[in-house]
Amino acid sequence: MNEKILSKLFDVEQAHKIDVYLEKKGYQAVRKAVEKMTPELILEEVKNASLRGRGGAGFPAGVKWGFVPKGVDKPKYLCVNADEGEPGTFKDKYIMSYNPHLLIEGIIITSYCVGIHKAYIYIRGEYENIALRLEEAIAEAEDKGYLGKNILNSGFDLDLFVHRGAGAYVCGEETALLESLEGKRGNPRLKPPFPASIGLFNCPTVINNVETLSNVPSIILNGADWFCQVGLPKDGGTRIFGVSGMVKKPGVYELPIGSSLKEIIFDHAGGMKEGKELKAVIPGGMSAPVLTADEIDIKMDFDSLVEAKSMLGSAAIIVIDTDTSMIDVLRLVTKFYAHESCGQCTPCRIGNNWIRKTVNRIASGEGRKEDLDNIIRLANNILGKTLCPLGDAAAMPIISIVQKFRQELESYMRN
Amino acid sequence: MSPEFSEQTKKKLQEIIARYPQKRAALLPVLHLAQREFGRISFEEEKAVASLLEIKPIEVREVVTFYSMFMREPVGKYHIQVCSNLSCAILGAENLIDYLKEKLGIGLGETTADQKFTLTTVECLGACEYAPCMMINFDYYGNLDQSKIDEILDKLE
Repeated sequence: MNEKILSKLFDVEQAHKIDVYLEKKGYQAVRKAVEKMTPELILEEVKNASLRGRGGAGFPAGVKWGFVPKGVDKPKYLCVNADEGEPGTFKDKYIMSYNPHLLIEGIIITSYCVGIHKAYIYIRGEYENIALRLEEAIAEAEDKGYLGKNILNSGFDLDLFVHRGAGAYVCGEETALLESLEGKRGNPRLKPPFPASIGLFNCPTVINNVETLSNVPSIILNGADWFCQVGLPKDGGTRIFGVSGMVKKPGVYELPIGSSLKEIIFDHAGGMKEGKELKAVIPGGMSAPVLTADEIDIKMDFDSLVEAKSMLGSAAIIVIDTDTSMIDVLRLVTKFYAHESCGQCTPCRIGNNWIRKTVNRIASGEGRKEDLDNIIRLANNILGKTLCPLGDAAAMPIISIVQKFRQELESYMRN
Repeated sequence: MSPEFSEQTKKKLQEIIARYPQKRAALLPVLHLAQREFGRISFEEEKAVASLLEIKPIEVREVVTFYSMFMREPVGKYHIQVCSNLSCAILGAENLIDYLKEKLGIGLGETTADQKFTLTTVECLGACEYAPCMMINFDYYGNLDQSKIDEILDKLE
């Protein structure tokens, strides 16, 4: 089975316009949800569908929605995470550019399910043109009565706004995103309390990734069983795999969850560029521990990647060839995290810069015997010791690169 | 003297502020508009934004200095931001950055004497399928090599 849930309309001309979208049976899921389903029934269906978060952490969306307390006398908010800052990741851009109404449908159904009347799409600042496209789509949806007051005469109201970030990777972390949306520095919050109870403006808040929400309409239309059959029982649906690096056909490929990494690289993405040989793969965005060339015979689902001591993350696959040196890879990885650490937690702020300096020294040919062990030690002192996952996101790939490519890295050492 | 927003922008600002239950939440969108209008967010612009949102200038500054997209000083007419992250680097981004430095005769973070180009590197732009890539103002350019860069820059007036 090769169902296309999210990318079906990517090749359809003008599918970002609501008239074309409606011709392609758009907004039927919203209609079904508000006219024929109760919020409880929707929650049940999404839980049964095993829809896991597509942003990186893979937390089940239905469970997350279920954490929002009932009967609280405060407004509730939905924040759509469109920050897409994880290096190697470019999938949400396709959904928002080519199928924005699918996302809007997912937002409406989710808001209806949780009892939310105000939603914000937090989109990375660099995607200015996409933000404009989303605003056009929102205006179209308002015109047709899918957003605003009394949606499809159901009595349900929802306002949706686009909010642009301004260039900070950490704002993809959900509590940093909330701080940023409140007009502050993107310093992550201590959890608990979790955003489901105390989130945006201290109110109950749901935060979901663009791709996660874009799956909701298909679950409403086709049911949870269908969704699980497309993917796996505990990890339903498809993923948009974004392949980049030294392959013939870099791009996005929507495939069932559990598809083989080897097939994604060698069949879908066309294999290695002419004359290039595979050396390593980062399977889930830069934060995911690296896999060596002989470790890629693996299924791309959350649990299989955890078993392989890596992670599915944002399903962004970066393909590295044998002509690329691992000291360069390590240098770029450490440069990124040292630059993007928000500075709040000492292990991340100091540790990442220290690692970066050490790696730069090795790269310049001045490496010392003890450097690699020191890098591992520093990384282990970041791992699990920071407020937000940025610390882990830095430490995990660094440790994996040093452990798996130690011999090569040692060859760059002085004498 | 504090810079004044144009009448058109003022209207847009009120519309944006109304989207949030707290005025301060409009800070990032307001700063984007201020930067577009004034070309930079320096001390005077911070004060103007602070008084609009009824917060302290320091609360604006701490935000301006946190996010990489806000410029304390004006950039050139064309701000070239080349991705220096992994997927782009695998496909030669670092050589292209050197090429641009040489071609424009400036270092990273610098602006050409005629104020036409500013060159910086940037972390992943989310366009790895077109690596190596760059952004000029808000337009993306991908699958770059030296001759393509020549062609793109030649077209900019």
